[in-house]
Formats: sequence, C-alpha cells, structure tokens
Amino acid sequence: MTRDESKLLYAATHEWAAIEEEGGDRVATIGISGFAIEQLNDLVYMDLPEVGRSVAPGEEFGEVESVKAVSPMYSPVAGEVLEVHTELPDQLEKLNDDPFNFGWMIKVRLSSDEGIDQLLDHAAYQKQCAESQ
Amino acid sequence: MSNQLAHSPLDRWHREAGARMVPFAGYEMPLQYSSIVAEHEACRNRAALFDVSHMGRIRFDGEGSEQMLDHLLTRKVSGMPVGAVRYALMCNSDGGVLDDVLVSYLETPSGQRYHLMVVNASNHEKILSWVTARLDDYPKVTVSDRTQLTAMIAVQGPLAMETIRRLFRFDPTRLKYYRATITDQFSKPVILSRTGYTGEDGVELIVRAEDAPRVWENLMLAGREHGFAAAGLGARDTLRMEAAMPLYGHELDEAIDPLTAGLRFACTLKDRAFIGDSALQEIDRAGPAKRRIGLLPEGKRPARQGCEVLDVNGETIGVVTSGGPSPTLGKPIAMAFVSAHHADDTEFMIDIRGKTVRAVPTPLPFYQRPST
Repeated sequence: MTRDESKLLYAATHEWAAIEEEGGDRVATIGISGFAIEQLNDLVYMDLPEVGRSVAPGEEFGEVESVKAVSPMYSPVAGEVLEVHTELPDQLEKLNDDPFNFGWMIKVRLSSDEGIDQLLDHAAYQKQCAESQ
Repeated sequence: MSNQLAHSPLDRWHREAGARMVPFAGYEMPLQYSSIVAEHEACRNRAALFDVSHMGRIRFDGEGSEQMLDHLLTRKVSGMPVGAVRYALMCNSDGGVLDDVLVSYLETPSGQRYHLMVVNASNHEKILSWVTARLDDYPKVTVSDRTQLTAMIAVQGPLAMETIRRLFRFDPTRLKYYRATITDQFSKPVILSRTGYTGEDGVELIVRAEDAPRVWENLMLAGREHGFAAAGLGARDTLRMEAAMPLYGHELDEAIDPLTAGLRFACTLKDRAFIGDSALQEIDRAGPAKRRIGLLPEGKRPARQGCEVLDVNGETIGVVTSGGPSPTLGKPIAMAFVSAHHADDTEFMIDIRGKTVRAVPTPLPFYQRPST
C-alpha cells in the first residue's frame, strides 16, 4: 500500500503523521516530508529512539544530519514508540526517493489527542513550504 | 552591523542557476547549487568555480607600505619579490589572531607596485579599522578597500589549470604555487594568483565587478566539456576541512595564537618587531598549551564544532573546532584543540551531543592531492 501524501497530517517543523487504527489502538506512523529532505540535502546520519520511549508533542524524538547541519525531529503526537524503522539510518539515500513510504521512522501508540489539532493538512503545509522559499 | 545584506557582482548568475542563497558575513552567498557532495566531488576530480567575492580586498599603496605590513603581520612582507604571495596572521598584542590573510606584491602594466591583502569577510571591517588606525605612523601610505569594486573567483581542481590556461593573456600554468600576476582577459584586467582553499591546484582571480559575470561565464564555458561545476560555501567548507586549512571562527580567533593553531610556519619570530611579537616569542619558548590535531570519529555520526574531546578516562581535554562528513574519505573527520600533554595520545573520545564515541588521531591534512 502506498501512502498518499495529500492525506497525511503535517507539523510546522516538517514531520508527517499517518494516524490509523491498529488492533484497537490508534497508531501514528511518522516521518519527515519530501520538502524537508530536499532542503536538508546530502543526508549522512540519522538517530532514532528506542522502542518503548514516551514522546510528547513537540518533543525531540531523533535527529537527522546533513553534510552541513544537524536537525532535530519533533514528535507531532503524544504516546509511546511501538516500532522503529531501524534499517532506515543505513539507507538514507533511499529517503530522497520515497519519504512517505520507505521513509517512515517510528510508529507511536497514541496516549491522547494532544497535539493533533495543531497539525496542518497537506494544503496548509504546502502553503507554508511555498512561503518559506 | 546593518541588516542590509550585500550582494556579489555574480548574484544574478547564482540565482538563475537555482543556488540556495544564505546570509554569510554580511553577504548573501550561494550555499550550494545542487548538492554539497556533488560539488565537492567535482572539485576533487575535475574542477569547481567558487564566487568568493565576499572576501575583503585591501590595497596598500605608497612608501612605507612594507614597513606598515611588517609591523602588522607575523611574517615579513618587505623584500618580497614582485609576484610573490604570502600567508600570514594579523595578531593583537597578546598574540591572539585577528585574521589570517594573504598578501600579494603586484605590479601594474604601467609599472606601479602595490600590496594587496585578502582578508576574511567576517573580519573585513575589523581589519580595515585596525589598519587605518595605524596610518598616522605611515603618512605616505594609502589604504583603499577594493572589495566593492571587484569580484573574486576561485577555480580549483585537477583540471582547472589546463582548461583555463588559454583564457588569459598570461598563461597561468607558468605561475608557481603562491605566485600572482596582473594580466587580462579580452583587455579586462585580471589579478591571477596560484592559491586556493580547497587542497587542489588552481587559481584565484580578482576582476573588476562589472567584468565579473563575463569572466565567470567564460570560465564555465571553457570548463563545460570537462565537467566543471559551480560550487557554494558548503563545498568550500568540506574541501578546506579535508585539507585541514584553518577557518576563522573555528581554528582561529582572538583567543587563539597562531602557534597553538599549528601555524608556526606562518610566523617569523626571530629579529622582528610586529604587533604580538613578544607574546608569540614567549609561547614559542614555553610551547603552546594546546595543539590542533586531526581525529577520525568511529561510526557515521559527525562531531561538530563545540563537541568536547575526552581522554580514555573520560576527562575533558579539548574541543572540536571543525567537523563533518568527509565526502572524499566517506566518513566523518574532525579537527580539535587538545591539551598539549594529550596531543600524542593514541585514542580519544568525543562527546557528540550526549553520546560518547571513540576517535583515533590521524595526521593532518586528511586529504592531500596526488603529486604530479
């Protein structure tokens, strides 16, 4: 199944979230947008959290590093990290081509709705990106 | 400092080429056109063009220029033959580095001789004030800031010299390393200098601002079939880091003396009088308390400026001054200042934002071009 980027929610800090029902829980799959990856350019390192860690909206869950700079990645939601895409940091070159599918980073079991109303839909996020150029 | 950013005479070219422009030392300059890594590789394997017009260019004319420069710099300028270029430091009286500079001794076609000093963009205003404040002692010297009137372009890489040699009246391959001359391209004056900041062979050109777009286009055109690339500040930084060249604000600042920074070769201390001389002689006698070393951190995560360097027992013994991925080596590299007692240790640790990684020392530079 290919994720449709136009149906995702976005944080102003460029993370995307896909919120789905999974076995009675609500689970957010999280990554960073194609726009952010293009802006970062030449990725060299990624640090992801351990399974079991709790995250709050706006809390740093990892970092991505390009040749030039380190950028923190912030959780768009509240909950507990259920799963981590551990192969991703070794295949950062693939992130460019497929940020919304292969590029997923963590899955978080939501503990509340906190933060979700702050997220942007695709149109609003695209507008923000266009304005930042 | 005003908030208004200055622009290079090549600004329009950069924007049309889709460069990502960033503020840098009061200028808006290209960070990258496509990818820092691709531009870095173009320079190492073919050649790259850099717009370095943001660097300060200060001209010294008149009797007493040599004496004035001798008083300001860690190396002697007097006695330099026409066409010589010298790297030196300008220090304060404590021996702290105000800037690292290149001084060329040039002769115009009409026979007028003068010194040209190239300074870092970030120190340009400071150096101008430092220099002009001393003009009273040298009444016949005129100091003029040529930065706004000119542009500066670096062409660097193994294919640079052969490709551009026919573009000037004077064949630049006839220039030795650290030599400069005034020539022309289609009757437009060009200062050609066989110097650079990448670890590759090449030249740096200074041209009049109004001639810059044409000169740049001619260089790009000549290099097209050889795979020349325009390269931004991002690649300039990774290239100079691999070549272990110091960058002001990283390996150099007013709290660092040139001997600690590993620039003893750029200081002539014997029988000389210049600002900072006694402080530097003292440091030279006692030996610097810190030394600049090269480190290879384990893993893929680069250590950056400000990361602490620890000894094997976990004691802090220094700090990273520059660090990042090395595109040529395919792994992270770092330069650091460590306390002199530990400078010959065989193992170090670096605290990279809370995580400690092992690092092994390596001789500088990290990269040296194959000798030809």
